[in-house]
Amino acid sequence: MISIHSLYKSFGQNKVLNALDVTIQEGGIFAILGPNGSGKTTLIKSILGMVIPDSGEISINDVSVRESWKYRQKINYMPQIAQFPGNLRVNELIRMIKDLRQKPAVEAPLINKFNLEPFLDKKLSTLSGGTKQKVNILLAFMFDSPLLILDEPTTGLDPASLIILKEMIHRERQAGKTILVTSHIMQFVEEIADEIIYLLEGKIYFKGSIAELKLKTSQDNFEHAIAAISMNKEESWVKY
Amino acid sequence: MGKILKYSFFDLMRSRWSYVYFIFYLALGFMLLFLNNDLSKAVITMMNVIIVLVPLIGTIFGIMYYYNSREFTELLLAQPIKRSNIFLGQYLGVAVSLSLSLVLGLGIPFVLYGLFQSNAIWDFSLLLITGAFLTFIFTALAFNIALSNENKIKGFGYAVLLWLFMAVIFDGLFLLTLVMFEQYPLDKFSLIATMFNPIDLSRILILLKLDISALLGYTGAVFKQFFGTNLGLFTSLGVLVLWTVLPVWRLVWVSKKKDF
Repeated sequence: MISIHSLYKSFGQNKVLNALDVTIQEGGIFAILGPNGSGKTTLIKSILGMVIPDSGEISINDVSVRESWKYRQKINYMPQIAQFPGNLRVNELIRMIKDLRQKPAVEAPLINKFNLEPFLDKKLSTLSGGTKQKVNILLAFMFDSPLLILDEPTTGLDPASLIILKEMIHRERQAGKTILVTSHIMQFVEEIADEIIYLLEGKIYFKGSIAELKLKTSQDNFEHAIAAISMNKEESWVKY
Repeated sequence: MGKILKYSFFDLMRSRWSYVYFIFYLALGFMLLFLNNDLSKAVITMMNVIIVLVPLIGTIFGIMYYYNSREFTELLLAQPIKRSNIFLGQYLGVAVSLSLSLVLGLGIPFVLYGLFQSNAIWDFSLLLITGAFLTFIFTALAFNIALSNENKIKGFGYAVLLWLFMAVIFDGLFLLTLVMFEQYPLDKFSLIATMFNPIDLSRILILLKLDISALLGYTGAVFKQFFGTNLGLFTSLGVLVLWTVLPVWRLVWVSKKKDF
């Protein structure tokens, strides 16, 4: 369980997270949505300890993450943009991450699934964006951890790989894992998410299932419902 | 930390630049020995080169490595590794591989020439020790600059400026004050001022060990009195250690608070 209590973070004048409160239960797929710059990545990076919050408390299973690093053993993270040291080869990178995490990893079936064998001996700087993203997915899914954090996992993937990715996410869910995912592709979100966490201006604006969201906004279409909650926001803004 | 050090070290060992640096020192060593035909004289010439070049290489390499390995760093930050270990590991990877290039590159020609049979061995060891210190100091300073500047161009500019200040401008200011306050006793002042520049400190340390302090003029006597003794030697080595530890400490401190 991840519980976040009154989290603040600003970059210079820009207040990214503003008294954010949220509790994420164990098990299920949680989609973190919100317009560009609403603080999705900052929230994820705060959970991972890559961004240090100005104030507030984040705890995973009732243990605070501040100044701690061992908890990351239980998190698989897939960053938004696959950036890897360019002079490493793919299999060297896999070996290195395995060595650093000191955890059993099952990479062979994933390499097979994504047809990565021909790229194993290639340097990462020579790979295409889509292939890099596949490596990115591979690194996140080869370990068995209770929490998965996927930041825009669909970027640059071809339809076939997208189907494989969805299958993999479903399998992890069936294994009872907690999966946090951000995406701008509503169709993808609608297909996989159990619960929506909608961020707006650094606050949680909506948290609940897709059905609840549709009911609340009285929209049948998920994409329109998402658009509608940001519209509502404008109205409430005026009332202030 | 050991693992990060290992990966950074091998990463650098694979890059061309470590070899270029190593071969440069190897060639320099052989050339100076060939031209001077004398170990002690070669050591003096070598000192003049090392004192200027080692800080420059340490600064440039440090800053380049930090900026170039940003992706690697970000990858590591999401792994279960302590933050300070990531940065310390990378820093040590750079500093150790540079020091190794220096020590091996200069060591091989001198040993082949018959260093172990000569009495220049202590001077030469001191030269290598200060060279290694300068590498560690300036790499740490460069990492500090890089960590505080997101903008590469700015960081690079500051790093070059730092080197320029320590290697050239500081001496200029130092001389200027000596000339301006000629009438006053300046021995204590100059002694203390030297401590604020690791390059000057290393230079004087070696010069006095080489017994050519006559070149230093009237303040030389005071320097000889201080640096020539064991107390002086250990104080200055202590100051060099301080020059290494303080930037490394800041590196750890700043990296703990930084967002990625």
